[in-house]
Amino acid sequence: MPRKIRVLVAKPGLDGHDRGAKVVANALKDAGMEVIYTGLHQTPEMIAESAVQEDVDVVGLSILSGAHMTMFPRVMQLLREKGAEHIIVFGGGIVPVEDVKKLEDSGVSKIFGPGTDTRDIVKYINSVFSE
Amino acid sequence: MSSKKSYGPSKKKYEEEYSKLSLQDIDFTTVSGAPVRKLADPADIEDLDYVEELGFPGQYPYTRGVYPTMYRGRFWTMRQFAGFGTASDTNERYHYLLDHGQTGLSVAFDMPTIMGYDSDHKRSEGEVGRCGVAIDSLRDMEILFDGIDLSGITTSMTINAPASILLAFYLSAGGKKGISFDRMGGTIQNDILKEYIAQKSWIFPPEPSLRLITDILAFCSDHVPRWNTISISGYHIREAGSTAVQELAFTLADGFAYVEAGIVAGLDVDRFAPRLSFFFNAHLDFFEEIAKYRAARRIWAKRMKEKYGAKDERSLLLRFHTQTAGCTLTAQQPENNIVRTAFQGLSAVLGGTQSLHTNSMDETLALPSEKAVKIALRTQQIIAHETGVINTADPLAGSYFVEALTRDMEEEAEKYFKKIDEFGGVVKAIEEGFFQKEIGKAAYEYQKAVEAKRKIIVGLNEFQMEGEKIDIPLLRIDHAVEESQCKALQKMRKERDNDKAARELDLLSKAARGTDNLMVNIIDCAKCYCTEGEIIETLKKVFGEYQEPLFY
Repeated sequence: MPRKIRVLVAKPGLDGHDRGAKVVANALKDAGMEVIYTGLHQTPEMIAESAVQEDVDVVGLSILSGAHMTMFPRVMQLLREKGAEHIIVFGGGIVPVEDVKKLEDSGVSKIFGPGTDTRDIVKYINSVFSE
Repeated sequence: MSSKKSYGPSKKKYEEEYSKLSLQDIDFTTVSGAPVRKLADPADIEDLDYVEELGFPGQYPYTRGVYPTMYRGRFWTMRQFAGFGTASDTNERYHYLLDHGQTGLSVAFDMPTIMGYDSDHKRSEGEVGRCGVAIDSLRDMEILFDGIDLSGITTSMTINAPASILLAFYLSAGGKKGISFDRMGGTIQNDILKEYIAQKSWIFPPEPSLRLITDILAFCSDHVPRWNTISISGYHIREAGSTAVQELAFTLADGFAYVEAGIVAGLDVDRFAPRLSFFFNAHLDFFEEIAKYRAARRIWAKRMKEKYGAKDERSLLLRFHTQTAGCTLTAQQPENNIVRTAFQGLSAVLGGTQSLHTNSMDETLALPSEKAVKIALRTQQIIAHETGVINTADPLAGSYFVEALTRDMEEEAEKYFKKIDEFGGVVKAIEEGFFQKEIGKAAYEYQKAVEAKRKIIVGLNEFQMEGEKIDIPLLRIDHAVEESQCKALQKMRKERDNDKAARELDLLSKAARGTDNLMVNIIDCAKCYCTEGEIIETLKKVFGEYQEPLFY
């Protein structure tokens, strides 16, 4: 049996809005993935460390405080420094359109905005790993 | 009732006819997933005792409203929540809102301020001024209210774990302009229980957090009598995904817990209860929301009188602020949000709110632009001046449906109170993750209902526009805000009397180890420009930090 896709759902930064992160965590779990949730108020260092320790395939970042332009690129940089650039990183939250492009340029594979159907996230992750 | 005799046969005929007809394939439930009766009729409220259950407006149990005159006396306070960038950026927005007819102020703080970090702390990087205004010390508070008369306006501050400190900054800012504490009015949210439950912006563990709260209750009842000391909040519980009944029940349960904490701390209930206020969400299910507000007033009044022995009538009044539901807004076709918000605002007014924030259409995309916030404010003004709903108090009273729904919600809330008691109270239930799990479950159920199209959201899962281009102006926060805020903070630290600041922090630390009222020390710290971060660090060393139990 192939190994289940392992996902770390993480909340970088200081905001406490965890509804989206938890809904996505539940949806990925129901779709057969193994999900680890970090809890709130994580630094990029803590997230990169957990991602490597837990040997995940995917990291999902959720942030609603507007600090995404600081937090997301730093997570990407730390993962690269740890030799973990194979980990797919996606994100969600209140991210203005013009930031989406910049984040995707920094290595974040996809940003899912408000109103995203969780099945689209599942489909996306599965498609990456079926390639 | 002259037609009483024919009621039975008429109803029977109606039921027969109804059952023969075909219905649309729609889920006839509220947005909370609660089934709705197809029709309410006199039988639903046959035993309703008007005086016992409803009362006239301004009369126990206040189901029909807390004041006899309601909106004929005065409109609700139109209070738009605003804050971004530096204190001077936000000061400019406040002047804009006041110039356009807003009648109260409401401060949104950035995440570092909410979590007790100074702007130049490592954890603040990227967050300064982003989702609210950055306030580090009394200096920023002075700038925030520059040109605004703090004795002539009331200010609400959405601040919880560090509420004592921001209140101290505010009072000191007014004090420096010669306004005595008893002439300043406003609200601090100061509702830490719902932070553990839903909003998740905590600092200290529950016990010292509750001590800070009871210190504030005692201090304000003596020195700041016009201050609303806790705004017991269902808003965030609902936004985190709860149902309407959960919002109602968990919020009131938190309220009871504060009352009990005050009583345990030795305060007479009538000394602090009149200054407790509430903060509810206005979601989309119109009647469910109205019933929620009416049930809330009735439950609170009854409990305060019967269980906590309040004698002062003001202790029985559930006064509340309402904010329309941010979580119902869509990033798709954002102009539709104006319409959603208008219906939500109307439900709050029909439910008898004392104050209202209407969301801006662009809030799923960014902080509100000036244009968007102006439309939101205009929405309230249209409700107040054009729709005519202000002319009569509690216009939906006596409606078979609304009265039956109000009763249903009260009953369902009582079931939750029992459950919470079985846990041993709110704090114990938080530690067991009860609320967090209930809310998480409801949020996920709702998401699944939307994805299965059992719930339709216009523009999101139906009536979509392919290739839609969002075409509304958005507010951008420049990264330069963080740099300038940090520079100003560092300059202030150099200029103040550092020996004095250190002495006051030391006194605060000693007081925290004892049992004296900490507000006095915190105000002393504020006055000599100790920063929020310094005060929090001092208290953290004594109180420790809260660790979240993990559930999803």
